Amino acid sequence: MIPALPPDTMMPEPWRVRSVVRESADVYTLGLESLSSPVPPFLPGQFNMLYAFGVGEVPISLSGDAADVSGFVHTIRAVGAVSTALSQAQPDSVLGLRGPFGCGWPLTEASGHDILIVAGGLGLAPLRPVIYHLLAHSEHFGRITILHGSRSPAEILFRSELAMWQTRPDVSVAITVDHADPTWHGHVGVVPALVERAVFDPPGTIAFVCGPEVMMRFSAAALLAAGVGANRIHVSMERNMKCAIGLCGHCQFGADFVCRDGPVLPYDRIAKRLAVPEL
Amino acid sequence: MEMLESMLLAHPFLAGMDPGFGHLLFGCARNLRFAPGTFLFREGESADEFYLLREGRVALQLHIPGRSPLVIATLGDGDLVGASWLVAPYRWSYDALATAPTRAFGLNAACLREKSEVDHHLGYEMMRRLVPVMVKRMQAARHQLIDVYGRPPT
Ligand SMILES: Cc1cc2nc3c(=O)[nH]c(=O)nc-3n(C[C@H](O)[C@H](O)[C@H](O)COP(=O)(O)OP(=O)(O)OC[C@H]3O[C@@H](n4cnc5c(N)ncnc54)[C@H](O)[C@@H]3O)c2cc1C
Ligand code: FES
Repeated sequence: MIPALPPDTMMPEPWRVRSVVRESADVYTLGLESLSSPVPPFLPGQFNMLYAFGVGEVPISLSGDAADVSGFVHTIRAVGAVSTALSQAQPDSVLGLRGPFGCGWPLTEASGHDILIVAGGLGLAPLRPVIYHLLAHSEHFGRITILHGSRSPAEILFRSELAMWQTRPDVSVAITVDHADPTWHGHVGVVPALVERAVFDPPGTIAFVCGPEVMMRFSAAALLAAGVGANRIHVSMERNMKCAIGLCGHCQFGADFVCRDGPVLPYDRIAKRLAVPEL
Repeated sequence: MEMLESMLLAHPFLAGMDPGFGHLLFGCARNLRFAPGTFLFREGESADEFYLLREGRVALQLHIPGRSPLVIATLGDGDLVGASWLVAPYRWSYDALATAPTRAFGLNAACLREKSEVDHHLGYEMMRRLVPVMVKRMQAARHQLIDVYGRPPT
C-alpha cells in the first residue's frame, strides 16, 4: 500500500536565495531560506527538488549542516538547463523547493564503527552533512577517514573545510586528483588507489561512497578487496526524477525507486544491478 | 649488510618472499636517497634499474610541448617505480621526480634479468608480484582516461 503523503508534497514552496558561493568554475553553493513554512528537518543524504521557475525542477542533495535549522544549503554543478539556471541564481531571487525526500546515510547503524567516507568530485556535497554530524558526535564513532578525489586541484570542493577537518586528531583526510601540474604536491591518481593506501580496520568500518557511478563501482570494488563487507558499504545513487515521492517510476532502478528507497542504498542490494548498463 | 638485506626483504613488494630469492635480489640491489627535485630517471633514458620506495614521494610526469609537465601519478612508501626495464628496448617512457626526501632500493635490471634467466623460479616469483601492480596501474590509467568528473557530453 502506498503511504498517505502530506497533500502539498507536489507543490513547490518559495525559498529566497540568501547567499551564493562560487566553489569552482561551474559549481555554486546556495544558502536558502523559506518564505512560507518553517524549515523542515532533514537527514544527511536526503535531497530536495529545486525548481528554477520557467525552466524546470531537479533533485539536489542537501549539503549543509542538519543541525542548522535556519535554512537549507545546496551545492550545484551546472551541467544542463535547470542546474545552470539554479547555479546562476542571484542573492534575493526566489526558487521553488519541495522536500526533503529520500533515505539518508545509515548513521544509527554506523554508531560505534570507524567511518570511511569516499567522495568523488561533487559527491562530497551530499556527504558534507554526514561529516558535520560525525564531527559533532565524534564520541559515538571510531576513526573518521575522508578520501576525496577530484579532477584537478582547482576543482577540489570545500578545500578549506577539508584542511580544517584534517587538523582534528580523530580524522584523516586524503585527497587525490586525476591530473595535475608539478605545482601540486599532493596525490595524483584515482580514488580506489587512496582506498588501498588508507589505514583503517576493514571489519570495523562502515563506508559511505558518493560520486559518479563509475567511481562508486570501482571504489566499492577496492573496499571489498580491502575486506569491508558489501553490507557495510553504502552508496548514493542518481537517477532522473519527476515526482520524487515514489509515484511516477521515473527513478526506477531495478526493484527500487531511488527517490523513495534511496538515494542511499546498501551496496550488497544493488551491486548486481550496477553492472547492468540498461538500468 | 645483513640488516640492509632484511630491510629489502621487508619491503611490501617482496612480502613473504623466500629468503633465498631475497639473497639473490640483494645481490642486484643498492640503497639510494633522492632529494626533492631530483629525478630517479628521465624519459628516453636507459631503463637499467627499477626502484622499491621505502619512504618519500615520487611524481611520474609526462612532457607536453608548450605546457608544463603533466603529473600522471604519484607513488609513495612501499610502492614500486618503473616497469620499462621489463620490456625491450628498455627505455623510460616518462620522468620520475622525487617531490619529497625519498629513500629507495634500486634494483639493477640487467642483473635481475640475468638471474631470472638462470633461475626461472626467481623470474616467476618476480612476475607474480609485478603483474598485479601493472594491471592495477593500467586500470587506474583507464579510469583517469574516462575523466569521470569531467563535463558530460552534450
Ligand atoms: C538524489 C540526487 C541528488 C543529486 N544531488 C545533486 C547535487 O547535490 N548537486 C548537483 O549539482 N547535482 C545533483 N544531482 C544531479 C542533478 O539532479 C542533475 O545534474 C540535474 O538533474 C541535471 O539537470 P539539467 O536540466 O541541468 O541537465 P540535463 O539537461 O538534464 O542534463 C544535461 C547533461 O548533463 C547530464 N547529466 C544529467 N544529470 C547528471 C548527473 N547527475 N551527473 C552528471 N551528468 C548529468 C545529462 O546526461 C546531459 O548530458 C542529484 C541527482 C539526484 C538523483
Ligand atoms: S521520481 Fe517518481 S517515483 Fe521516483
